[in-house]
Amino acid sequence: MTFAIQVNGNPHSVDVDGDTPLLWVLRDVLGMTGTKFGCGMALCGACTVHVDGVAVRSCITPIDSVGNSAITTIEAIGATPSGAKIQKAWLDREVVQCGYCQSGQIMSASALLASNPRPTDADIDDAMSGNICRCGTYGRIREAIKQAAQSSTQGG
Amino acid sequence: MIDHLVSRVAGPARSSSAKVLSRRTFLQAGAAAGGGLILSLRLPLASAEAQAADGFAPNAFIRIEREGPVVLTMPYVEMGQGTYTSIPMLIAEELEVGLDQVRLEHAPPNAKLYGNPLLGGEQATGNSNAVRASWQPLRQAGATARALLVSAAAKRWNVDPASCRAQRGEVLHAASGKRATYGELAADAAGLPVPENVPLKQSKDFKLIGTPAKRLDTPAKVNGTAMYGIDVRPPGVKIATLAQSPVFGGRVKSVDDAAAKAVKGVRQIVRLDDAVAVVADHMGAAKKGLAALKIEWDDGPHAKLNTDVIVAELEQATLKPGAVAENIGDVDKAMASAVSKVDAIYQVPFLAHATMEPMNCTVHLRKDGCEVWLGSQVMARAQAAAAKAADLPLDKVLVHNHLLGGGFGRRLETDYVTRAVEIAKHIDGPVKVVWTREEDIQHDMYRPYWLDRLSAGLDANGKPVAWNHRFAGSSVLARWAPPAFKDGLDPDTTEGAIELWYGLPNTHTEYVQVEPPGIPTAFWRSVGPSHNIFVTEGFMDELAVAAKQDPVAYRLALLDKTPRAKAVLALAAEKAGWGQPLPQRVGRGVSLQHAFASYMAHVAEVEVAKDGSVRVKRVVCAVDCGIPVNPDTIRAQIQSGIIFGITAALYGKITLKNGRVEQGNFDTYQILRMNEAPTIEVHIVQSSEAPGGIGEAGTSCISAAVTNAIFAATGKRLRQLPVDTAALKQPA
Repeated sequence: MTFAIQVNGNPHSVDVDGDTPLLWVLRDVLGMTGTKFGCGMALCGACTVHVDGVAVRSCITPIDSVGNSAITTIEAIGATPSGAKIQKAWLDREVVQCGYCQSGQIMSASALLASNPRPTDADIDDAMSGNICRCGTYGRIREAIKQAAQSSTQGG
Repeated sequence: MIDHLVSRVAGPARSSSAKVLSRRTFLQAGAAAGGGLILSLRLPLASAEAQAADGFAPNAFIRIEREGPVVLTMPYVEMGQGTYTSIPMLIAEELEVGLDQVRLEHAPPNAKLYGNPLLGGEQATGNSNAVRASWQPLRQAGATARALLVSAAAKRWNVDPASCRAQRGEVLHAASGKRATYGELAADAAGLPVPENVPLKQSKDFKLIGTPAKRLDTPAKVNGTAMYGIDVRPPGVKIATLAQSPVFGGRVKSVDDAAAKAVKGVRQIVRLDDAVAVVADHMGAAKKGLAALKIEWDDGPHAKLNTDVIVAELEQATLKPGAVAENIGDVDKAMASAVSKVDAIYQVPFLAHATMEPMNCTVHLRKDGCEVWLGSQVMARAQAAAAKAADLPLDKVLVHNHLLGGGFGRRLETDYVTRAVEIAKHIDGPVKVVWTREEDIQHDMYRPYWLDRLSAGLDANGKPVAWNHRFAGSSVLARWAPPAFKDGLDPDTTEGAIELWYGLPNTHTEYVQVEPPGIPTAFWRSVGPSHNIFVTEGFMDELAVAAKQDPVAYRLALLDKTPRAKAVLALAAEKAGWGQPLPQRVGRGVSLQHAFASYMAHVAEVEVAKDGSVRVKRVVCAVDCGIPVNPDTIRAQIQSGIIFGITAALYGKITLKNGRVEQGNFDTYQILRMNEAPTIEVHIVQSSEAPGGIGEAGTSCISAAVTNAIFAATGKRLRQLPVDTAALKQPA
């Protein structure tokens, strides 16, 4: 079946079964490999994208549930104000190691910041505990989110 | 600037014009294609065999061309540890270029050229030794290249080389105001004789080494453009996923693939002896097809194997003598005269690696050649594995290495390469074989289970006068590098169990090799010490308790002969506020190690809830890893190692039931998460010693600190990992 979807502002038409997870449409059909596969069961968050601004796990999001929603991926998150701040903070704080989970971390963090400009430690725990990092960059992720939040606040 | 974002294979072919100056010449210069300077070097411990066979075997390369940045070929792979920043720093420091002026390339597979002398000549990245192996030779390479460039400039300008200086990729002559870029001087420099023994900078003159230089690989990793093995998409590539025999050693008995073939996007089912793969247009279809397969397995000889059988065998093995790894003094005599005695049995479980990027490998097999895309810690082995599986000569196999979404030892193996080639044999065109997380966990090669028996004798003052330790488990090196296993021993399995930093007068340590049936073993981050430090530091804590002494004071009193160990222990204790009061069921524990040529102490602060659940709240680390090349990378690696080790200490366990691994995904193989992560403080001791390894040290040192802290909080001594929370429940 053919599905018309909107990814990063661009329309795409894909011919797959309706239960195909969005993750594989992005990676294998559209060739957008920035979104990562980690578990396939929404346990690790590596596949996180935004659907209408909300962080979702694309590995369990069937393509027939997406409809006309605006899908945003790591490839375009830098064009959003919160995404740009998060990416900058990630570089400033030297968060990244192997980097494989970081697309998902950045997508979760930028969704948090967009909805909550001044997250507390508890807010960060709530928003980020679904994202596993095997390199253990959690401390730096927390600092980077706080830095990005501070720059948001200062920027008005 | 890093070239690994695009797939390419580059390297020694470009240096073919480099001339051999003498067998002993450590560095050699030559003209690069296109009129530039190439400087090759051989790491000092590279195998004599390779050197004799090839006359001169270069190991890493600096290439300076007329235009463009300085190009460095990296014999080590980047898997998050920051080696693509620390290794260039060593060269750039002496070469006098900025990190913004270098470009990095992956080395191609060639064990003779790029063999790691600290890993038996393998072209491998592991055992935390990239900086250790490169510290002297790469700085020397940079200094020699700089001297050649300065000489070339001085000759051109007819001035004294001593009146010229190098700075950010240029040679300057202050008196005349003349300047020339390295690129402009490269062709001249290539024709000059290579100077011997160019002096290296004193550490006080370092501009780059010791600074928290920014990582070079990071920008691409925050915007989705970084290329990992799993991201390659050669034109026409199909995606395959697979089910391997759930019992190791089992076989496929029958396959009903009718339903799988009916799935939209499924192209082909490949049946192997011990696995079935579904090939499709995309992974969604491949996974759906896999779920629709009806496979009947012949489970083979391990159909009834349970973990407790393996453990019982290890327990029996430790009752008989093993290979003597170390003997100091006379333990029997000392034990006989001891005032008190302490006995214990320790155990650590099988562990999976669970790299965030699941195993994958892309192969395009043609009649006359094979192309492979992957992320590997062992490029040359990957090439050899593909050649063997494809039945092709080595030179017909082209391997593209990519970023690794975690290594931790898993990508020191090549089973996933062999498997991908076996599948590719049945497919016309390129195929990317991607393992599901469940396959990744259930067909890993595991950190061995080890079982240890210890006894110690204390004198009237509580000092340990006798230390007896015998342990049994798998030797990974015996399989991975057989020559390294001699007389029943290998240097990895015993690291951390022998050459203890406490200077004990009488010690006796034995190892019994027992290879478990039905479960493959492999290196896992922090290798031998991942087990040995937990055991020795847990047991040392028991001795302090038996002696009714403070665990830190007890250790400090034994460290007069190892001042670096004593200093990190004292520093960690001080920074952690050792001895200050804590609430009920909160405790501090300490652990000290000398491993990977670095000294490290951790103090963990742990809270044990009434239900027995454990939270590590804070970890204070003090480390002496010699000259800190990049302090921020060191901090990052220690933070990382600690989290990795806490995951294992609290949750890590692979068990077998009826030959099958019982864990499958992150619900049953739990990983520490943001809400559980402790605050971590890292204190780096300033040192002028040669650099030690750092990528794994944080992991091996943490588990004993955690269990020792649990003892302090609850009085319950845990001698087995992972932590048994049921044993820690507060009685009602």
